[in-house]
Amino acid sequence: MSAVSESPPVHRSSVEGSPLNRALRLGLVFGAIAVYVAVVGILPLMDARWIVVDVVSLGDATLIAIGLGAGAAVAARRSPGGTDGFLPLAAHALLAGAVAGGLLALLAIAMSVLDLRPIFIALSPVLLETLTFGLGVPLGSVVLIVSGALLGVLGAALSLGPVTIRKPILIGLAFVLFFGVFQELIQIMMQFGEVIGDLRETIFTWEGLNPTGAAIIFVLSAGGAYLWTKSLRAQLHEGMAHLSPAQQSHVRTLKIIIGILLVVLFPIVAGPYIGQVMMLVGLYVLMGMGLNLEVGLAGLLDLGFVAFFAVGAYTTALLTADSPHALAAWTSIPSLSYWAAMPIAILCSVIVGILFGIPVLGVRGDYLAVATMGLGEIVRVIVQSDMAAPLLAGAQGILQIPKPRIGNIELSDPVSLFYLTLVCSAVAAYFAWRLENSRLGRAWMAVRDDEDVAQALGINIVKVKLLAYGLGAAFAGLAGSIFAVMLTSIYPSSFQLLISINVLALIIVGGMGSLPGVVVGAIALVGLPELLREFGEYRYLFYGAALIIMMRIKPEGLWPSATRQRELRAAAGELEPDEPQTAPAGVETPSFATQGLEK
Amino acid sequence: MTDVAASRGFIPKLSTLSRFTFVDVVLWALRIGVIIVVIGGTIGTLIKARYGAAQWFDFLVFGVTIGSVYALVALGYTMVYGVLRLINFAHGDIMMTGAFSGYFVASSFAESGFLDTNPFLAMLGILAVAVTTSTVIAVLTERLAYRPFRRVRGLAPLICAIGVSFFLEQTFRGAFGSGVRAYPDPKWQKNTLDVFGFSVPLVEVLVVAAALISMLVLYVIVQRTRMGTAMRAVSEDSDTAAMMGIDVNKVVVFTFALGGAMAGIAGVCYAFVFKQVYFFMGFTPGIKAFGAAVLGGIGSVPGAMLGGLFLGIVESVGPALFLDGIGITAPYQLRDLIAFTLLIMVLIFRPYGIMGERMAKKRA
Repeated sequence: MSAVSESPPVHRSSVEGSPLNRALRLGLVFGAIAVYVAVVGILPLMDARWIVVDVVSLGDATLIAIGLGAGAAVAARRSPGGTDGFLPLAAHALLAGAVAGGLLALLAIAMSVLDLRPIFIALSPVLLETLTFGLGVPLGSVVLIVSGALLGVLGAALSLGPVTIRKPILIGLAFVLFFGVFQELIQIMMQFGEVIGDLRETIFTWEGLNPTGAAIIFVLSAGGAYLWTKSLRAQLHEGMAHLSPAQQSHVRTLKIIIGILLVVLFPIVAGPYIGQVMMLVGLYVLMGMGLNLEVGLAGLLDLGFVAFFAVGAYTTALLTADSPHALAAWTSIPSLSYWAAMPIAILCSVIVGILFGIPVLGVRGDYLAVATMGLGEIVRVIVQSDMAAPLLAGAQGILQIPKPRIGNIELSDPVSLFYLTLVCSAVAAYFAWRLENSRLGRAWMAVRDDEDVAQALGINIVKVKLLAYGLGAAFAGLAGSIFAVMLTSIYPSSFQLLISINVLALIIVGGMGSLPGVVVGAIALVGLPELLREFGEYRYLFYGAALIIMMRIKPEGLWPSATRQRELRAAAGELEPDEPQTAPAGVETPSFATQGLEK
Repeated sequence: MTDVAASRGFIPKLSTLSRFTFVDVVLWALRIGVIIVVIGGTIGTLIKARYGAAQWFDFLVFGVTIGSVYALVALGYTMVYGVLRLINFAHGDIMMTGAFSGYFVASSFAESGFLDTNPFLAMLGILAVAVTTSTVIAVLTERLAYRPFRRVRGLAPLICAIGVSFFLEQTFRGAFGSGVRAYPDPKWQKNTLDVFGFSVPLVEVLVVAAALISMLVLYVIVQRTRMGTAMRAVSEDSDTAAMMGIDVNKVVVFTFALGGAMAGIAGVCYAFVFKQVYFFMGFTPGIKAFGAAVLGGIGSVPGAMLGGLFLGIVESVGPALFLDGIGITAPYQLRDLIAFTLLIMVLIFRPYGIMGERMAKKRA
């Protein structure tokens, strides 16, 4: 082919080839996903978690979803003008599902013939047994292919069915999934009162959801969803429309108050474990808001963010700890209470943030990311080294950091620390929100969109950028200071680059430059993996995939900011790209401008 | 950009001295600080005379060894950057995939005794598997992850590359386990060679030789073959190249394949030097190799080679030469510190690298 006609990004939907080919290819893709999930070791873990006890495990559900997905994908990608009936489509979906199942069957056969265990640690005999339904490899493979084919057809049928039916079914399944997977937490919450206790006993057994419970939940939620889409929603909207603007704003305030009450009361009801998780989410929200100022508003991609977090934590530890490394032990500085140490920790982070920002002021775009990452790594290497050990305790860490106290009450349990985090986050969120709409916030956005133009308009780039680093660092310092008292001991190994990536991932998933996006991202990337504890070690796999997929499908994030949405909508009208840059390196070229992520 | 830009050269023009801001002060303090540490440390170490000539020679040889591995990895960064203007953040992890696949072959060879009886063939086999794996993975990442971002500007491609890096690492962690696996350590590798009266471990000689040969092959491919010419044309100006009838897609795939192959060789070399593999092993050498690529002038193939060697030597000699002299305890823990400081200094003060200026001049 001639390269002159080099096409813009290939759109999946316009993949050429006959429907049969397409079905084959989709089957292979979905089958490859299933095999990948098995080989990487997620599937065996998922198999250990029941959705409905002794009926369906999370692993089964994943494989079923992959089969259904293959069928649905075939249905979604029919030829645009194709008015052909259901039967040929069903045949293609059948093929796709069978191919997907066939790949899994191949894996099973390979596992039984070759000894793969020494290389692929996840391919255990137990996995083989579950994959083949305990029927032995030959029969099991046939069952895999047949069930794949049936699921494919079912998936195609579902995706072609009318929305009024499909939506309630999916919602019902989602609810069952939710109640099944999080059964432990829900059961803890349902331990009050007799009526609720009885309800719990009908729905759950000790190990999880029982079939009756699953049926009840499915019927209730699916029925509810059906009624909602059918009539209630329209009525409610109509009702809202009849209200006066003042009343509407009352309704909105009421919603917000209810939301706040839910967040505040939830950990009390749900117990200390949830409190702990919510507190972690809160910490990451704090850091996310800080990085959001840098990346989302000012466009400075900072991969050394963890350094500020570390400064906050270490300052707090050095000022308050009851250890030989604390400043009080060998200088005349008295041992401070947490409340006195926190502002100092924030101040130190700001100073470090500015010092950190000065050398990289002139570095832009991709180079900035690498430079900041290098700075972050330097901080970690120094903290970990024996050189700084007399001061920072090296790899042994600083122990015995006291918990904060209010009067005589010690904030020692996770729930009370969660409230501390919540208050701090709320204050920080207020600042972030005000900053976003301030003169400084607009200057940041101008710098993000085009540094040279911004400077030409009289914005003091140096000041604005350093403020971004400093204020971003303040949030991280606050988070670090809470982190120190949460763990009561800190080690350099807690301040890996992974944390920077973690925070970056959550603001990207949530939506850059969007405050609610930060919360959504933190819940999805920090809260969820924490709740599904056994998948904890796979969270970074999940992050990596999330970064790629979000950049590809939804670069504006799950909850984009209004400005960003407007920009995207405006950009959708015009066509892409400027000429690729030709300068050898990135510094003098303005084209590294970090203007939107949109295509 | 006035103040900052003007001060970015090593010596500012006189006219800028009148508007010396505090930012310049800090930047100059940084430069002078580094220079003081380097010179002071060197003098201190030489006065102390703690290390003999043999030790210095060891440091140097180790530096060249590790530097040639960095150079191999840096080639991948520099070529991809040249063609796509993309920092392939996952390149270090592609090196890891090579090392890992090489490990399985090497350990099975070691078990069967093939590695001891027939070292040459065995090493070739290990290299072949490693190169194949990392080439395939490099091409796959391009096809599946980077291609949709071909014409996207801004941060999205870099963020996607970070995602790819994590994805590769965690896939290998999940599939092969999170433990550190020991690379086989055949007896013949412990032999030493006599060079100028100093003894040098055979592994290091082999690694340097393998790296040099691969770099030579690569240089010939880039300079002499049709595909290499097309590659250079695309990195000069991809649109014009496309108009001249060059299939840009093919060139990009070829570039990734070539970079992947070099990373595969580098992975095996790295693993044989450090005798271990684990899923995160590619990260630090990857970042350092990127630094080497920038140091040499990103986009320049000989630059990447020189940059890698330079970085390796500085990193290996540096702790003893610069840090020991100023009385720092356990300077070897700070090896990475030296490498990262060098990386940052280059990014801040000389982002066009050593060879970059010549390239820029040639183009002007």
